[in-house]
Amino acid sequence: MLMLLHGTAYGLSDVFKENIYVPEDLAPTDSVLAVTVGEKAPDFTLPSVHHGEISLSQYLGKKNVVISFVPAAWTPVCSDQWPGYNIVKDLFDENDTVLLGITADNIPTLFAWTNQMGKLWFPVLSDFWPHGETASKYGVLRSDGTTERAIFIIDKKGTIRYIDVHDINKRPPLESIVGELEKLNK
Amino acid sequence: MGIVLCLVVLGSSLAYDTKPPPAVGDVFPEVKFSVPGESDYRTYLGLAKGDYFSIQDIKTKVVVVEILSMYCPHCQREAPRVNEVYELIEKDPALKGKVKLIGIAAGNSTYEKKVFRKRYTVPFPLFEDPDFELHDILGGVRTPYFIGVKIDGGVPRVFYSKLGGFEKADEFLKMLVGLSGL
Repeated sequence: MLMLLHGTAYGLSDVFKENIYVPEDLAPTDSVLAVTVGEKAPDFTLPSVHHGEISLSQYLGKKNVVISFVPAAWTPVCSDQWPGYNIVKDLFDENDTVLLGITADNIPTLFAWTNQMGKLWFPVLSDFWPHGETASKYGVLRSDGTTERAIFIIDKKGTIRYIDVHDINKRPPLESIVGELEKLNK
Repeated sequence: MGIVLCLVVLGSSLAYDTKPPPAVGDVFPEVKFSVPGESDYRTYLGLAKGDYFSIQDIKTKVVVVEILSMYCPHCQREAPRVNEVYELIEKDPALKGKVKLIGIAAGNSTYEKKVFRKRYTVPFPLFEDPDFELHDILGGVRTPYFIGVKIDGGVPRVFYSKLGGFEKADEFLKMLVGLSGL
């Protein structure tokens, strides 16, 4: 059930004004992983808000990839996750890594939502149709059609090196992601 | 710099309840901040080495508290203007030492707070609040949120409490100084 957000306990940015809805009592996770660390990451091709179609395979041999699945646009924790990544492009660059943000929302929704965040340096991909197909390949599509709040780190060989299917109600600490990226180059 | 909360009146069992934001005229809620490990920040705040301090322990007449987050786009855009407020204070002999700034990084880890400080070259002390404990006590507000506190006879009295930023640093500072009665 969704309710209108009043005084939020999420430290939500005022940039979103009163346009954020907050879910009640969400189960921390609600899916079964379909991949494991050490496996080849399933390829996908998805439309993005500003960068055309993006395929995971286009980074093979070139860049490490961080995939950040977030559950839904216009919800509190999600709205305060990618804006933080937006000020640390240098940390991704230093580790020869690209970031791909994915939700199961459609492109117009993602367009409006991410515009509130400012100009994002990383592609934002829509897994809307066929609904959640990519999230399903990774095993992070929840029963309500949203995705988990999950981080996958994939090396240049296309191998999954790190998985964090995080409690949907909490934001993964930035240091956990950066720490894993630094391990890729050791 | 961790934050240890101390609800003197209500007791620690209510530490996670979200209260209304402090209103003008209220006494600033009793919270204890960790004394900064950095000597520059201790000097700025007028604190000796130790464990914790309360807002009224800061050697000043007025404290401006900004509640922010590294994940908040408004806070990111606002950061240079807040730094400018700090610089204006430090350059003004009439205000230097009498008005001090601190920031509370709501929901941010120590690492995330340091990322924000480095990215925007924040010159004043920031205190992480990773579990939103202090944020909840201060009203669960959206960010950025500014609270002006005047310390009068050891009592920290709120004279400004408002969501959102400002357009011009000098006008914002002038308004705060006027409201504080300095």
